[in-house]
Amino acid sequence: MKYGLLINEGPYQHQAVDSAYQFAKAAIAKGHEVFRVFFYHDGVNTATDFAVPPQDDRNITANWIKLAEENNIDMVVCIAAAQRRGLLDANEAERQGKRGDNIAPTFRISGLGQLVEAGIECDRLLTFGD
Amino acid sequence: MSEPWEDDVEGPVKKFMFINRKSPYGTVYALESLEVVLITAAFDQDVSLVFSDDGVFQIKKGQKTDGIGMKNFSPTYRALEGYDVEKLYVDKESLDERGLTQEDLLVDVEILSRAELADLMDEQDVVLSF
Repeated sequence: MKYGLLINEGPYQHQAVDSAYQFAKAAIAKGHEVFRVFFYHDGVNTATDFAVPPQDDRNITANWIKLAEENNIDMVVCIAAAQRRGLLDANEAERQGKRGDNIAPTFRISGLGQLVEAGIECDRLLTFGD
Repeated sequence: MSEPWEDDVEGPVKKFMFINRKSPYGTVYALESLEVVLITAAFDQDVSLVFSDDGVFQIKKGQKTDGIGMKNFSPTYRALEGYDVEKLYVDKESLDERGLTQEDLLVDVEILSRAELADLMDEQDVVLSF
């Protein structure tokens, strides 16, 4: 089955992003496809390249990058939600006149149309959040 | 140059239902849900909105937000008709529990029982809950 995942809550604060990660791993292990993960609301914070969790904790961003690279998962961060929360890629940082950019590799910034497209294209769109 | 979220998506029309369960202010869910609704309508999908639990406050008349320094986005619900989003449903029990009636709402809605809403949910392809 072809899955799309929507993550609506922030990393470390809420388990949604961990549950989505575990679901994605399990689904792939069973031979399913995870077509796209869409990060929305505080979920966009998962894409920061600047998080430094303690060494004895999981690194949520790094885990997603590894899973996405190994399985060709499209990881999309909502541009409107990201900009509100101070997440910018290099292009946006330059356009907005900001000092730096902080979107981790493998994640890409795009619009809500990518979420709608996932809803249309996938057999199931699963929401992780409250 | 067109933005990525304005790209046309080739595909079938699916039934998208948005379940709005949270009060309009206090958290960002209602505002960011509305953004997804508008984009989904722009993709010419079949869109329904449900207001349930504290979500019924999203469409309450007479919202004044000056005192909390937030933008009053409730007029957007009245503009939904212009985007061909005309299927608005409200959970009757949620209204009753909060002492509200149809008269208190700023848009025309269909008031349904929880059992009727469950049937409606069953007909959807994609259900998103914010």
